Amino acid sequence: MEENVVLTARGITMTFPGVKALENVDFTLRKGEIHALMGENGAGKSTLIKCLTGINDFEAGEIHVDGISGPVKNHSTKDAQEVGISTVYQEVNLCPNLSVAENLFIGREPMTKFHTVDRRSYNKRSQKIMDELGIAVDVTQNLENYSLAIQQMVAIARAVDMDCKVLILDEPTSSLDDEEVEKLFTLMRSLRDKGVGIIFVTHFLEQVYAVCDRITVLRDGQLVGEYPIADLPRVKLVAAMMGKNLDDLAEIQKESIEDVSRNPLEISAKGLSHTGTIKPFDLDIHKGEVVGIAGLLGSGRSELARAIYGADRASSGTLSVGGKEVKIKEPIDAMNLGMGMLPDDRKAEGIIGDLSVRENIILALQAKRGMFNLLSRAKQEEIAARYIDLVQIKTADQETLVKQLSGGNQQKVILARWLATDPDFLILDEPTRGIDVGTKSEIQKMIVKLAGEGKSILFISSEIAEMLRTCNRMAIMRDGEKVGELDHDLTQENVMKAIAGGEGTK
Amino acid sequence: MKKDSFWKRVTGWSLFLPVVSLLLVMAVNIIHDIAVGANPLSFFMITLRQTTGNGTILYGRIIDILNRGSEVAILAIGMTLVVSSSAGTDISVGSVMSLCASFCCMLLAGYGVSSATTLACPLIVGILAGILLGVICGMFNGTLVAYFGIQPMVATLILYSAARAIGLLLCNDLIVYVRNGTFGIFGGFLGVIPTPVVIAAICILVMTLVLKKTALGMYIQSVGINGRASRIAGLNSKRIIFLTYMLCGLFAGIAGIVASSRITSADSNNIGLYFEMDAILAVALGGNSLGGGKFNLAGSIIGAYTIQAITTTLYALGVSSTQAPVFKAVIVILIVAIQAPPLKAYMKRRNMAKQVKGAA
Amino acid sequence: MGKKTKLNGHTILLLITIALFIVLYAGGCIAYGSKGFTHLQTFLNILITNAGLICVTCGLTIVMLTAGIDISVGALIAMDCMILAVGMRSGMNAIVMVLIVLLIGVAFGMFQGFLVGYLEIQPFIVTMAGMFFCRGMTAVICTDQVSITQQTSAMFYAWANAKINIPFGGYINSKGKYMVPYIRPSVVIALLLLILTFIMLRHTKLGRSFYAIGGNAVSAAMMGLNVKQIKMKAYMLSSIFCSIGAICYCLNTMAGSVSQALGLEMDAISSAVIGGTLLTGGVGNVLGSFFGVLINGTISSIVKTNGKLASSWPNILTAALLFLFIVIQSVFAMLRNRKK
Repeated sequence: MEENVVLTARGITMTFPGVKALENVDFTLRKGEIHALMGENGAGKSTLIKCLTGINDFEAGEIHVDGISGPVKNHSTKDAQEVGISTVYQEVNLCPNLSVAENLFIGREPMTKFHTVDRRSYNKRSQKIMDELGIAVDVTQNLENYSLAIQQMVAIARAVDMDCKVLILDEPTSSLDDEEVEKLFTLMRSLRDKGVGIIFVTHFLEQVYAVCDRITVLRDGQLVGEYPIADLPRVKLVAAMMGKNLDDLAEIQKESIEDVSRNPLEISAKGLSHTGTIKPFDLDIHKGEVVGIAGLLGSGRSELARAIYGADRASSGTLSVGGKEVKIKEPIDAMNLGMGMLPDDRKAEGIIGDLSVRENIILALQAKRGMFNLLSRAKQEEIAARYIDLVQIKTADQETLVKQLSGGNQQKVILARWLATDPDFLILDEPTRGIDVGTKSEIQKMIVKLAGEGKSILFISSEIAEMLRTCNRMAIMRDGEKVGELDHDLTQENVMKAIAGGEGTK
Repeated sequence: MKKDSFWKRVTGWSLFLPVVSLLLVMAVNIIHDIAVGANPLSFFMITLRQTTGNGTILYGRIIDILNRGSEVAILAIGMTLVVSSSAGTDISVGSVMSLCASFCCMLLAGYGVSSATTLACPLIVGILAGILLGVICGMFNGTLVAYFGIQPMVATLILYSAARAIGLLLCNDLIVYVRNGTFGIFGGFLGVIPTPVVIAAICILVMTLVLKKTALGMYIQSVGINGRASRIAGLNSKRIIFLTYMLCGLFAGIAGIVASSRITSADSNNIGLYFEMDAILAVALGGNSLGGGKFNLAGSIIGAYTIQAITTTLYALGVSSTQAPVFKAVIVILIVAIQAPPLKAYMKRRNMAKQVKGAA
Repeated sequence: MGKKTKLNGHTILLLITIALFIVLYAGGCIAYGSKGFTHLQTFLNILITNAGLICVTCGLTIVMLTAGIDISVGALIAMDCMILAVGMRSGMNAIVMVLIVLLIGVAFGMFQGFLVGYLEIQPFIVTMAGMFFCRGMTAVICTDQVSITQQTSAMFYAWANAKINIPFGGYINSKGKYMVPYIRPSVVIALLLLILTFIMLRHTKLGRSFYAIGGNAVSAAMMGLNVKQIKMKAYMLSSIFCSIGAICYCLNTMAGSVSQALGLEMDAISSAVIGGTLLTGGVGNVLGSFFGVLINGTISSIVKTNGKLASSWPNILTAALLFLFIVIQSVFAMLRNRKK
């Protein structure tokens, strides 16, 4: 093993039924570096990490860890922890019904001389750990009493406290706000300085350049290359990930956005609210208009959309669709008024994993037709084929289970589901999150195209740039409240300023 | 692409497990018949036989299995839907059967009467009231599961322990006999065919048609796989779960009437005893995941008759009815253990290792 | 945030359970005071009758904490009792028989736990098969009722009839004789087991692991807990506790028969649920389950004392209570979700 190297993986190969998830992949992590692992969806990042942490059993290859002679083969996360590899996953992997302190210490609790757990001791130590990290929690409270962001920080605190040599952060920032991300970065840098090797997986390019020293890029289960950060500017990184030069994004940007403010109103919300999540707001959307919702995570941007769609029943206010006042109790009511919603949580609220692509596509249309009005099988296949072609879903055939598709293709299936219902008004909540750059640009193009056909679209995204490319107008959200709208001078800077708020300079 | 081997296609068939188990049971019967020197095909023999009442009926072991398995088959229909939509089981069906039977017989005989030869109310009223009570029980379960979000097993635990007791109360702690020829028909014979077989066939047929001609099947599976996503896609998840429990109650009611008619009485303590177990078993044996989602009705039905075949075979082998559960238990464990994902994964790994070795 | 422990939904539920028990018991005292319900002995009798159930419920609570279920307990009791009875009839020493029964508990629990933990088969199915197996096995051992008498085992007979007197709370009966309140050894066993389980769940690594895998098994595995093994241990404990319960149960009934302890698993489950254990796992404690058993026992006792009520009333009332409690639980859960 070379000097300074803390972890090497050589020739890792792993197959899932029908797919070569990893093929002869090498990876090297040095002491005291933050190493970004990049790739599109389906590139094999998660699989590689699962091989390192013992969740996946790889078929060929070797992993070496500093200080351990011979190849390491982990069979469980416990094995991995014992050789010094700790992981914090995207989903918080803690027990909500236990206290914060217990979550930090479970499996390695200090014991009293009576062989019982020494609660007082680990409560004290936990409080110290959390205080040092600047996380304001009462460690004796149950974890479920805290926000997702705090839970995430607890997960990281746990990994940090395990004295790991290798810390794997698998999209840890997706549920954190800017301030918390910065806090995490500070922590990552200080750990790096202590000599910990950190593998950082994220979809946010900015974050990679903010904190990483080195980048390894994977594509289609194969290694593209390993680069020092200075040698790989953004454009090159995207090119390495995509495997092709991409001018599509720029192409959309150039398109001029026509004025649609004189078109008739499609949606008009007055004083709509949902107790506890979103304060009363007014919102008008014209036919053929794309309205963006900009705001930080947790600012109420998803909740606004959910209140319109009836995913959360509005507790006050009125909603008019096409000029007529309507009552929406359940999503089906909204659908019957010509709405559709692509929710932000694809796994939990989007796909029906065990159903086929065909069934997933026709589901909403079938729901609209009602239980006793079954679409014939031939008709179903025709519709599915049409939309698979239209949104370019990459699937073996219609009967493939949707859970077997990659994230981006799953997202397209849901998009196809809504297009099949021919909606007048479509809500797209983070349609591009967690999917590859190529699919992103396809979806953005699709949005512009749909608007051109006279459909109204509510577009929510955490990437301001992509909203700038597609939206006519943007509503600004802050702390569960709609604080304003921008309809001219749509620039990144203006939007950021609006989100950050008037008086507070940032 | 390489074509899957014949063996792989067969084992991948959704009805593989239930059919193989049924064939196994038949094989045991044939081997037993050969061993005792009987006609090896006596298991499959169907003959016409004179009854004491001067009627002619079909007779044979297969007929017996079809006949006795009717209640479980009827229950299995509802149970399949419940398992699929809610990833839980309705453990109250056996008790609900008993309650429906008690209510029906109580209406037919009159309250407090332990044995009646003349009916206190029209037969059809009693029967329908009994079935309706089943539906109501199903609605009760459905409300708890769908609208209160209570775990299915716990929600149905209430009626599991209460329904039988309420039935006893309705019958004034008596075994109510309805000694009227017409009531016995549902558990007797329709011409040469046992009526329960006909009733089960009708139930299966109707349900199959409903699943074929409406989107119910897709709705149920969709809700079972991902309830939240189904709601966003416009399905009323709660109402669909409620509906499956209601249907399950309906079928429990029908099964209760059949079971009661068989013995022309309402024996609250014994009607439907352990039937919930058989029904759940039928669903599992049918190759359905008890974790909900996709379902296969045909599998459950075959599963139901397989269970009856096992029971009948055990009796034929001289095992007493109280001892029979031992064998059922062993069979259940074998079936589910074979299907267990960790075991499958282990086998696959071994096969793969073999292939790698072979290739090298 | 203060250091004070906040009253959360679960604590409130436990308080409701305890309050309900007190109200029920007080109601019984007022209504049937003349029939001796107020005597300490009535309460002690509830403990004596339900000693076995307390043991079983302790084990079941553990299993339920891991989000599992064990419905084999009633049948296992029947099998254990039958083994005790038949063994002693054939002249085996009582202590040996007790050890055999405990060993059977270990082995049986280990097998069930293996199927649930390592083969990942649904607990309901595994323990349902276990229930079939035990019930059938009881019949295979002997189809008749086998009694344990002084002749078959003097030692066991002595245990069953041993009284542990309580120095207070006695009363003078109608014949003017002072009745000393007493408990049986089975009560001591049950209460000891209860206390041990309480300590185990609260203060040991294993106990906390049960809560952890009930809260989120995937996370628990990620945090390095051996989920499979812990699950197996839960089922082992359940079967061992159940076998201990079977001994207590047998000390009361002094017999083995196929139909013994029929439906006892439901009593145990309802006790645990009434006591605030969630079947979704991760929440609950044995103290609540203990009060659940007491509530069930009090209802039976009231119905028995009344004498005129139909035998099915305890079942119906328990079910009604179960209904009440799970609805309250679900309302609490809904309120909490809404707050989020």
